[in-house]
Amino acid sequence: MSVLVYVEQADGKFKKSVFEAVSYAKAIADNQNTNLTAISIGDVAESELSELGKYGASKVLTVKADQLKNFVNQAYAAVIAEAAQKESAAIVVLSNSFSGKGLAPRIAVKLKAGLIDGAVELPNFDGGFAVKKTAFSGKAFAVTTLTSDNKVIALNPNAFGVKENATTATIESFNPEIKATDLTAIVKEIVRATNKISLPDAELVVSAGRGLKGPENWGMIEELAELLGAATACSKPVSDADWRPHSEHVGQTGIAISPNLYIAIGISGAIQHLAGVSSSKVIVVINKDPEAPFFKVADYGIVGDAFEVVPKIIAALKAHKG
Amino acid sequence: MKILVCISNVPDTTTKITFTNDNTQFNTAGVQFIVNPYDEIALSRAIELCEGGKGTVTVINVGEVATEPTIRKALAIGADDAVRVNAAPRDAYFTAFQIAEYAKTNDFDMILCGRESIDYNGSQVAAMIGEFLAIPSISIIKKLDYDGSTATIEREIEGGKEVLTVTGKFVASCAEGTAEAKIPNMRGIMSARTKPLQVIEAVAIEELGKVTKFETPAPRGAVKLIPADHAEELISLLHSEAKVI
Repeated sequence: MSVLVYVEQADGKFKKSVFEAVSYAKAIADNQNTNLTAISIGDVAESELSELGKYGASKVLTVKADQLKNFVNQAYAAVIAEAAQKESAAIVVLSNSFSGKGLAPRIAVKLKAGLIDGAVELPNFDGGFAVKKTAFSGKAFAVTTLTSDNKVIALNPNAFGVKENATTATIESFNPEIKATDLTAIVKEIVRATNKISLPDAELVVSAGRGLKGPENWGMIEELAELLGAATACSKPVSDADWRPHSEHVGQTGIAISPNLYIAIGISGAIQHLAGVSSSKVIVVINKDPEAPFFKVADYGIVGDAFEVVPKIIAALKAHKG
Repeated sequence: MKILVCISNVPDTTTKITFTNDNTQFNTAGVQFIVNPYDEIALSRAIELCEGGKGTVTVINVGEVATEPTIRKALAIGADDAVRVNAAPRDAYFTAFQIAEYAKTNDFDMILCGRESIDYNGSQVAAMIGEFLAIPSISIIKKLDYDGSTATIEREIEGGKEVLTVTGKFVASCAEGTAEAKIPNMRGIMSARTKPLQVIEAVAIEELGKVTKFETPAPRGAVKLIPADHAEELISLLHSEAKVI
C-alpha cells in the first residue's frame, strides 16, 4: 500500500501549492505507515524531480511521453489511475488547481474512489476517513466521510503548509500505454502572464471595488500589489463592468480564496463577496462608509477615502521595505 | 445539433446558510431556490449556439418534484425541453451517473454544465460525466465556439488560459465569460409552462461517501480601526502584530 501524489508542473517547475500537496500526502502516508510516491507528467528535469524528496516523496514516477507534454485531462487521468494501481495506492492526493479540478473527478470514477474536492485539513482517521472541505462558496465547511476503499483528495492551495521531511527520492521512468482515444482534446496555445502572481495560489491579495470609481484608477492598486508581492482581485460589479478581467472576480460566483492577507479597498462587503474571502487569515478593509458591512468581518479597518489612504499605505510600505 | 445542459437547484446567493439536525443537514426553511448561476451561463451559451434553428437544447436536472419550478425557469430562459431524473442529488457521483445514463441513449453533440454548484463547489459533475461516457471533458472554460464538428475552447489556468480543440462529443463546465446569462422574456415565461418536461427514474449506483457534518466558519473578533490620517500604522501592524508581511 502507498499514497500517490500527482505533482502538476508548469513550464517544467513545481509551484508552492504542489509542495503543499506533497507535504499533505506525506502526513497521510506517515499516519498509514506507508510510503509516498509522486507522479509527474511532462518534461521536468531530474534536479526538479529530486526536490520532491525534500517533502517526503521516496519515489518519483516520471512520465515523459511526447503526447503528454501538454495537459490532456482524459489521458492524464488514465495515467494517474494506472500509477495508483501499479503502486497499490489506495489514496491519491493532488492540488485543487484548475487542472486538478478537472482531473480528480475522472481519477475518482476510474478508481471507484470517494472524492474530497477542496480539502482544507488532514483527514480525521478516527472512525472512518473524514475530511473537511469548503462548501456554500465559503459560507460553511462540510465534513465528508468516505467509505470507499480508494480515496482521492484534492487539496486547496494555501490550506496546508509546506513541511520539510527529507528523504531521498528514487526517480523511475513510467511508460504506461496511452490510448489514442484519450488524446482527442488538443492544446493549441497556452497564454500565461508569468510576471503576475496567480490569484488562486496567492498568499497576499489586494482587491478593489466600485469605490475606485473607474478602471483608470487602478494604478495605485497595482502598485500596492506589486510592492507587497500580492495578486490583484476585484468585486463582481467591477468584473461585470469589464474594468478588470473575470479571473480577478472574487466571490460566490467568482472564485473563493484563502490567502494569508486580503486587503479590500472600496468594496462594501455584500454577502456574496464575503463568501469568497471568509477563509482569509487576515482581512483589512478600507472604505469611506463607516457602515459598510465589510467592517463586521475585518481584522483591521480604515474609514477613509481610498484615494488618500492608499497612497499613505504605499509610502509606509516603501519605507518599511527600504 | 443537440446540446444537453445540466442544471442544479441551489439556494439563492443572498441566503444566510444555517444547518439543522445537529448540523447534519442544510436548513431549507425560507430559502429561495434558483438555477445555479454557472448553469445559467452554460444554458445561455447552448441557446446561442443553437440559435436560428441550428439545434435544440435539452436541460436535465437530478432532483425531486420540488425542483420543477427551477426547471421551468430554465425552459423560460430558452431551453426546448427538459428531463428530470426523479431522485435527490445525493452527491456528484450519483448525479453524474444519472446524466451519463440518460446521455447514453440520447444522442448529444455536447454536454454543458456550470463549473461548480454554489452549494457544494465540487466542480465534479462535468468531468465525471465525461469519464462515465469515455469522452473528453474540459473544466472551467471561458470561451466556447463550435463549427458543427469541432469545438474551440479556452479554459482557465493559473495566470492565464489554454486554448484547445476537440472534435466529436465532449463535456465542458462553464465559468464566467462563456456567455452573458440570458434573462427570460415574457414569451419564454409563457412557453415554459407547456414545453415538455419528462420525468425518468434513477439508476442505482453505489455510495462512496457522504457529508456527515457541517460547520460554519468561526466568527472573527471585533475590527481594529486605524484612523485614516495615521493609515501608515497599518503596515507596522500587519508586520509585527498580524505577521502577514
